[in-house]
Amino acid sequence: MKLFLLLLSSLFCINSFGQSAVVVDPAKGASLMEAIADAAPFDTLLVQPGTFKEGRIIIDKPLFILGVGYPVIDGEGKTEIITILSDSVTIQGLQIQNVGVSYIEDRAGISAEKQTHIRIIDNKLYNTFFGVYLKNSSHCLIQGNEIKADAVNEISSGNAIQLWYCNNILVQDNHASGHRDGIYLEFVDDSRIENNTSTNNIRYGLHFMFSNRDQYVGNTFELNGAGVAVMFSKKITMQYNRFINNKGTASYGLLLKEIYDGTISNNTFLGNTTGIYGEGANRLEVHHNTFEKNGWALKVLGSCMDNTFTNNNFINNNFDLTTNNNRSYNNYDGNYWSDYTGYDLDKDGIGDVPHRPIKLFSYIVTRSDASIILLRSLLVDVLNFTEKVTPAFTPELLQDTTPLMKPLL
Amino acid sequence: MLKIFKYSFQDLIRSKWSFILGLFYMAVTFGLLYMSNDLSRAIVSLMNIILFINPLVGIMLGIMYYYNSRDFSELLLAQPIKRKDYFLGQYLGLSLSLVISFVLGLGVPFLLYGVLVSDAVVNFLTLMFAGSALVLIFCALAFWVATANENKIKGFGKAILLWLFFAILYDGIFLLSLLVFESYPLEKFSIAATLLNPIDFSRVLIMLQLDVSLLFGYTGAVFNKFFGSYVGILLITGAAVIWVISPIFMMLRAAKRKDF
Amino acid sequence: MITFKHIYKSFGKHVVFEDLNLDLEKGGIWSVLGPNGSGKTTLMKILLGLVVPDKGTILMDGEEILKQDLYRKKINYMPQIARFPENLKVREIIAMIHDIRQQPADEIALVNRFDLGSYLDVPLKNLSGGTRQKVNAVLAFMHDNPVIVLDEPTVGLDPVTLLKLKELIQEEKDKGKLILLTTHITGLVEEISDQIVFLLEGKVFFQGTLDHLFQKTGQDNLERSMAAIMEHGISNIDSDDSKITSHYA
Repeated sequence: MKLFLLLLSSLFCINSFGQSAVVVDPAKGASLMEAIADAAPFDTLLVQPGTFKEGRIIIDKPLFILGVGYPVIDGEGKTEIITILSDSVTIQGLQIQNVGVSYIEDRAGISAEKQTHIRIIDNKLYNTFFGVYLKNSSHCLIQGNEIKADAVNEISSGNAIQLWYCNNILVQDNHASGHRDGIYLEFVDDSRIENNTSTNNIRYGLHFMFSNRDQYVGNTFELNGAGVAVMFSKKITMQYNRFINNKGTASYGLLLKEIYDGTISNNTFLGNTTGIYGEGANRLEVHHNTFEKNGWALKVLGSCMDNTFTNNNFINNNFDLTTNNNRSYNNYDGNYWSDYTGYDLDKDGIGDVPHRPIKLFSYIVTRSDASIILLRSLLVDVLNFTEKVTPAFTPELLQDTTPLMKPLL
Repeated sequence: MLKIFKYSFQDLIRSKWSFILGLFYMAVTFGLLYMSNDLSRAIVSLMNIILFINPLVGIMLGIMYYYNSRDFSELLLAQPIKRKDYFLGQYLGLSLSLVISFVLGLGVPFLLYGVLVSDAVVNFLTLMFAGSALVLIFCALAFWVATANENKIKGFGKAILLWLFFAILYDGIFLLSLLVFESYPLEKFSIAATLLNPIDFSRVLIMLQLDVSLLFGYTGAVFNKFFGSYVGILLITGAAVIWVISPIFMMLRAAKRKDF
Repeated sequence: MITFKHIYKSFGKHVVFEDLNLDLEKGGIWSVLGPNGSGKTTLMKILLGLVVPDKGTILMDGEEILKQDLYRKKINYMPQIARFPENLKVREIIAMIHDIRQQPADEIALVNRFDLGSYLDVPLKNLSGGTRQKVNAVLAFMHDNPVIVLDEPTVGLDPVTLLKLKELIQEEKDKGKLILLTTHITGLVEEISDQIVFLLEGKVFFQGTLDHLFQKTGQDNLERSMAAIMEHGISNIDSDDSKITSHYA
């Protein structure tokens, strides 16, 4: 946290270096490109309402470009729009639109490479292939942007926010929709993703690859192909996020693949095909989350070890848990399960009989997809009951020995 | 036929059975609504109950009514009435009085809880439709079994077996074949197998409305797409109609040669 | 009026009729007699279309009636056991039969005759056996039709009602109707029968008047005549007088 305060304070300081303010008014035939060329470092350009169609705009000196009343920078579907080739550039209040789709280069609404202290604030990026794209950069802020597109398929769409080989980036209060991934991070360390909303993206709302020590907190991921994918990463902190209605043919609220030593706490998983899907996820602390009305709350494959699931609420999921292994290497003690039918004679709030969260039918569905059509049939109830009484197929020792009687608030 | 229908309906709607049945549905519905205080959740819980109870009620009361009205049959068949008309009238009288018990028993509590102005109204109507279809179908099956079996005990036995078959054995065989042939694509087979069991297609119809099938990956989506389409809904409705008509047809065929 | 031709009927392995022929040629009271299981009720039910014969035809006023329905308009029927839809009231069941048959009826006179006035609004399930039988009688007699079929009509009736029923039958007979009757009360048969039909071993064993029967059996009352037939078998009687079967010769 200290790191971020430092980062923020340094960012805010930049303003004070600005020397003069220049008004750029398209109504008077002003050119943004010329204005940038004419400006001195640390000048402020006050861009007035109107439309600029100047192709690719390159910012090669520290500038504060401030849009007044959202002036439009239109790429006309041809090129990248703003390329930042300098440190300490702030772009605020612009409407940047129409970047051409390219299968060769990753064109963006705003891109920066090998820079620090870039701030991209309160812009509207419409139909920009890649929205904001930072490469090899650090100590940057991406805040309050609205990034929208109408992606149709994965191949011809970019990511709303993409970070590549970056560190110490704060991505905050953005709204990303209609892209391939809402926010994509590859080789990004020590960064924070906070209070963003990522919806209706084709692939993931948020996607980590090979990134370490990052945090994402308080974000909402809704109606994406899958909510969040965290892959090949270590020490990721995931808190207070909402994973909602991420459903479809192969959909997850949160997909974990080859990750180690993370924390997943205080999140809400509501109405997803699968709440958390874990494959090679290890040493995770999963606590104080609520899983409600999901198809599967947890799919924890046999390759997941030493994870602790405790103090979570499992409420009205079709299946709370499934696994493909008949032994369990994870701890599931101390959760609330709405399916729990045991009793609490000593009134200590903890059920006196262990709860076995894996139902036989979830095991069967894992084996044969099509058997899902028998969901909620009498046969399935009978099978589940039989298995509960005398476990034969599901891991016998996978149980919550201290199930809670009441949900945690 | 209408006259017979009128009389057996009049007789039944005043009987304690209709009353008890309606009261039972009402008590269960009120109970669930009170406990969950949420229309959609009550509908989910009711679905399980209805899929279990309605076929049982249809087939058991059908059998009982048929055997109990043997003397009535004798009295009326000695009148200038066609056998076909008599049995159709009886069937309609019974099944519609049961449907009314069901619809009122469920409908009144839901209406009082304001289902019509909630977003659960489609779910509720689907539940009503599926539940009524189950009653009609299993009543028809009961009439067929009873007509074909002079012996009351045999008739009862076969009816219970029939219910057991559709309620659970069928699904058992279904599931076993899914597991045995798990390496083959089974979507089409599953769809066909579902349409062949009235309890299964009623369940699927309600589940579609409850939108849970979307939660189940690729196969769930396939089913959802099929049964959710107009073709799917038409097929289910068609299957329901065929499931009512064919036992009635068999019943009439058996009745034609039957001695009273 | 009614002719049974070559009727065959068996229930499973149990053969009831084997080439039964019977001609109820004119009105009057026809009593069908025979040992238990000889097919008295079955014969009536075949006439009413309740039982479907395996083979054979039945003509009524020259028209084939098997597999038809509307001929039953001409037949009134009083079944052996009177059980009705339990929740209907007496008034309603009368109205129902009336409604179904759509024929003129004088149910009021009959209700008064059998003292059923105070029972009209009582559900049938609350009636005693005898009262039910009275209701049964009302239903059977309230329409004015040429054929009346009475299957054990006297069961459960008290002497007064029995008397009323006898009078009623007599009155109907006097209108020239054909009344087909079974009963175990031999006295009643002797008292009112015009013709006796004796069923035995799947056939009509005897048809004729009471006097004929006495003559052929050499007895002077019905009970003994029946006993004689049943004890001595067909051959005995057969050799005695050809007239017994002469009707079909």
